[in-house]
Amino acid sequence: MIRDAEILGGLVETVRRFVRERLVPAEALVEETNAIPPAIIDEMRALGLFGLSIPEAYGGLGLTMEEEVMVALELGYTSAAFRSVIGTNNGIGSQGIIVDGTEAQKAHWLPRMASGEVIGSFALTEPDVGSDAGSVRTTARREGDHYILNGTKRYITNAPVADVFTLMARTGEAGPGGVTAFLVAADSPGLSLGPPDRKMGQRGTKTCDVILRECRVPADAVIGGVEGQGFKTAMKVLNRGRLHIAAVCVGQAQRLCDEAVGFARSRVQFGKPIAEHQLVQAMLADCATETYAGLCMVTDAARRFDAGERIVQQAASCKLFCSEMAGRVADRALQVHGGAGYMQDYPVEHFYRDVRLFRLYEGTSQIQQIIIAREMCAQR
Amino acid sequence: MKVLVPVKRVIDYNVKVRVKADGSGVDLANVKMSMNPFDEIAVEEAIRLKEKGIATEIVVVSIGVKQAQETLRTALAMGADRAILIEAAADVHTDIEPLAVAKLLAGVVKEEGPGLVLCGKQAIDNDMNATGQMLSALLGWSQATFASELAVSGDAATVTREVDGGLQTITVKMPAIVTVDLRLNEPRYASLPNIMKAKAKPLATKTPADYGVDVAPRLSVVKTVEPAGRKAGVKVSSIEELIAKLKDEAGVI
Ligand SMILES: Cc1cc2nc3c(=O)[nH]c(=O)nc-3n(C[C@H](O)[C@H](O)[C@H](O)COP(=O)(O)OP(=O)(O)OC[C@H]3O[C@@H](n4cnc5c(N)ncnc54)[C@H](O)[C@@H]3O)c2cc1C
Ligand SMILES: Cc1cc2nc3c(=O)[nH]c(=O)nc-3n(C[C@H](O)[C@H](O)[C@H](O)COP(=O)(O)OP(=O)(O)OC[C@H]3O[C@@H](n4cnc5c(N)ncnc54)[C@H](O)[C@@H]3O)c2cc1C
Repeated sequence: MIRDAEILGGLVETVRRFVRERLVPAEALVEETNAIPPAIIDEMRALGLFGLSIPEAYGGLGLTMEEEVMVALELGYTSAAFRSVIGTNNGIGSQGIIVDGTEAQKAHWLPRMASGEVIGSFALTEPDVGSDAGSVRTTARREGDHYILNGTKRYITNAPVADVFTLMARTGEAGPGGVTAFLVAADSPGLSLGPPDRKMGQRGTKTCDVILRECRVPADAVIGGVEGQGFKTAMKVLNRGRLHIAAVCVGQAQRLCDEAVGFARSRVQFGKPIAEHQLVQAMLADCATETYAGLCMVTDAARRFDAGERIVQQAASCKLFCSEMAGRVADRALQVHGGAGYMQDYPVEHFYRDVRLFRLYEGTSQIQQIIIAREMCAQR
Repeated sequence: MKVLVPVKRVIDYNVKVRVKADGSGVDLANVKMSMNPFDEIAVEEAIRLKEKGIATEIVVVSIGVKQAQETLRTALAMGADRAILIEAAADVHTDIEPLAVAKLLAGVVKEEGPGLVLCGKQAIDNDMNATGQMLSALLGWSQATFASELAVSGDAATVTREVDGGLQTITVKMPAIVTVDLRLNEPRYASLPNIMKAKAKPLATKTPADYGVDVAPRLSVVKTVEPAGRKAGVKVSSIEELIAKLKDEAGVI
């Protein structure tokens, strides 16, 4: 749902300009230094990008899903690392509070997340707990008006810069029903960080382990104030995030299409631009067609979400198709570049590595397939 | 002090301009339009004056087609307080000439009573570089063109001007018209929350008749042509040959 086409037009246009004038020119530097320049993060704050999905009452923009998707498409046009800076505050790092938090928790954290003053992060995965998210092993035991947490969280996006974690720990029986979501401040006693992960792609993004050793948090850190709701909270958070990620994948695919076309029009082999060779045209056409399919899917699903429909299946389909599609588009775009595509002088080289992640996190492709089939079969 | 900033909707600076088949002008159908970049600099400067406590209110004006509303909204989102749209054309291809624009602006100035008018030095579509100067003549106000620095204190403005071969600093009496150049500042991006709030800011719509101005064109365009295509370059085999060519053929050294 688009509430006001003129306002959204201005918003999307500004993000597009910012992406193309400020972020795209900084991509090579981010690749080289494995860090986002602080000046750019400041600009992202000034622009209001940290609060896209946070309600207006808490200082965010309160974008509808369709509006958020349109902004995510634009942000996806550049290195994914930039999106990652604001990704957790707009997604897994804030949504838990938004959907299930108490009024006090919302008032305490959301305004500062919307402004980018505070970075929120989401800590579910553990060394022995990945796709089977209900089997969380980190424990939380109650001691007076505190909980004591013990365990390790793995591959946590933005952990090195986070001020607060939405963190899943076991307070009760085995299985999903015994998991509770906590808001753990990064400066809690007993919380430490592992060394930065050395990743394949998305250079400039920061992930690491979060280690909890007799970590003390106050009892009112439980999201919503009720134990045993953590798995449900986590699933709600991931559901909305799937459409955002899918839109980012479409943005990445669009960029890859443009890079491939730009190269194909200027590269001459056999006496003409390779864009005039039919086999190259076939690769370009497949890239554009799949990108367009992804765009249509994610826009449709976002509209249904805003209309209040149950879109668990459609969100999983979008995440599955768009992340796999971005992988195929990246592979073809690189192929169109010939040997140049294997060289770091061309953006396709890192986009090819960057898009690989989208098939893994916030639910692997296999997990999306499981969700889709489960929804299909349940509906009969 | 109230500051008035005229803003023009022009073809976006990233768009590759195409001449209409009949040579009557540039094709603007379905082409991306934006605020004239020099006007963006003028809006930014006005906002900075407001942030410094010198300006109290920023009024932006656009003269042209209805769609110029979008341009005004952009200025409002950046930080202008109020907007006036003078709807003077129905067809996007109609360009209101500088003299008509200056007369309309003079009307707005009489109504609004600003202490300063900040204009772009020229619009990037027709490159006329005339509106600010004409406005100054019509009002009998001081003018300072091509500003790369501006300081306002009391009833005077000190302006550094970019002139051929260097910089010139002048002091002008207020009220004044200042036309701004590229290096005056780097305009901010409107923040997303401000873009959402801009719609609630006042935007008044007027017509040329409200100011008693006839906007009928006085100029007629004889012909519009694409720039000649670039000629192929030449390769030289030595530095000596390069220098010889620069001297004898290009005549640049
Ligand atoms: C860069 C990066 C950032 C991340 N950021 C975060 C973060 O911020 N917060 C967070 O909590 N986590 C984060 N993660 C973790 C991510 O969500 C997990 O990696 C992902 O959920 C997969 O879990 P796993 O790595 O343990 O793989 P596993 O679950 O061990 O899966 C291994 C393989 O088995 C398949 N598989 C597993 N179970 C089944 C099944 N039942 N049927 C069929 N196939 C199955 C999977 O699809 C996969 O192919 C991040 C990961 C990466 C790489
Ligand atoms: C790591 C690396 C090591 C290498 N080592 C060597 C080496 O040791 N020695 C050496 O000589 N070379 C080497 N190469 C070069 C390599 O062989 C070339 O990169 C390869 O032949 C492709 O040529 P190209 O990069 O110029 O791509 P291009 O020929 O420009 O091709 C670009 C794209 O157009 C397609 N294309 C081109 N022509 C047509 C057509 N007629 N119809 C349809 N599609 C077409 C190609 O398939 C490709 O997808 C190396 C390359 C790399 C990346």
